Amino acid sequence: MKENLYNYILGIADNSLILGQRMGELCGHGPSLETDIACTNISLDLFGQVRSYFQYAAKIAGDQRTEDDIAMLRKEREYKNVLLVEQPNTNFAYSIGRQFLFDVYHLAFLAELQKSPDLSLSAIANKCIKEVSYHERFSSDWVKRLGDGTEESNKKMQEAINDLWTYTDELFHQTEADIVMVIEGIGVDVTKLKDDYYKRVNNLLKEANLQVPESKWFQKGGKEGIHTEHLGFLLSDLQYMQRTYPNMEW
Amino acid sequence: MTTTEQHIDQILIPILEQVSDPEIPVLSIMDMGVVRSAVIVNDIVKVEITPTYSGCPAMDVIGDDIKKALKDEGYESEIDLILHPAWTTDWITPRGRKALEDYGIAAPLDAEADKDVLLNEKRLVKCTNCGSQNTRLVSQFGSTACKAQFQCDDCQEPFDYFKCLK
Repeated sequence: MKENLYNYILGIADNSLILGQRMGELCGHGPSLETDIACTNISLDLFGQVRSYFQYAAKIAGDQRTEDDIAMLRKEREYKNVLLVEQPNTNFAYSIGRQFLFDVYHLAFLAELQKSPDLSLSAIANKCIKEVSYHERFSSDWVKRLGDGTEESNKKMQEAINDLWTYTDELFHQTEADIVMVIEGIGVDVTKLKDDYYKRVNNLLKEANLQVPESKWFQKGGKEGIHTEHLGFLLSDLQYMQRTYPNMEW
Repeated sequence: MTTTEQHIDQILIPILEQVSDPEIPVLSIMDMGVVRSAVIVNDIVKVEITPTYSGCPAMDVIGDDIKKALKDEGYESEIDLILHPAWTTDWITPRGRKALEDYGIAAPLDAEADKDVLLNEKRLVKCTNCGSQNTRLVSQFGSTACKAQFQCDDCQEPFDYFKCLK
């Protein structure tokens, strides 16, 4: 089995899985019907993308593992998602802020992954990027509406950005698998996406009448499996059916 | 581009045309452009379909429906889901676009216009009820992943718009 490629794919897919679960939690709880539908649509896109990645990963694993096993039957430390995407839906501004800070990265990442000589990865990226460009449009639009809205909405959006900011730098960290994949020419060198990311994000924040946080202290660990306390609760929800009825099928 | 060509045995076309998207029953999967190839190899029909959106829950159903339609005509089949080349709304046939409009779903505009209407900067989507272009975006996301919600400011009709995917 190609261990590094397998881990590399999981590193990409887990972000979509965990963010998809977070957005799915808003089903029936969105602030309005339209936003509720939008958030769950984004969730559905992300889960669809995850299926493609995990099907490919299962093929590489080459054993009995299925896409469902990979999604549902791992322990907390084995999930490789960044800390940003596991942060809870504290309020709508948080959900939007988290989505926006991830979408800008996700879009730039997929644009590069499309060029990968690994044909499965490039095909998935080529498919996903079309959907993610809609996500990015939606979340940027809402950051602007909230930031440039009322005093209250501006305050909440600013708080969300301030709190989530500490998780942004991790997007550009490389794991061992990442480094090997970059050397082999298959993976994306995320360190090269950083400057452009902050340029785009900062410009939009300014446009939204929001302050760019000045804090230079960043949290990390998710990519190595060291998560915030929030992931355990999320997984207990996500894995509930498989824990309660092992091997059940839909 | 040769990779976007469809390879479909003539004899299979009428069968595949009977299968429709479960979420848009008026639109056959052929007119939607999701069938990329269908060929008979050693008495088994090998069909390749491509998803519209990654998370489209209709894909599993479409695969089952294709199998059933072929079985009814005496064919065994194997269905493969392929991702490359990625589906685009350009593959919806003119007949498909008309079926959408008749059903009350506005057909996708070109990419540039699509962006304008989804940011509510221009009014270009034609109301499927009265034909007016005095329509506005209600939500970028709609009842399924592929659609956005619009409303006509002349006749007040709310309707779906099939988003451009390119």
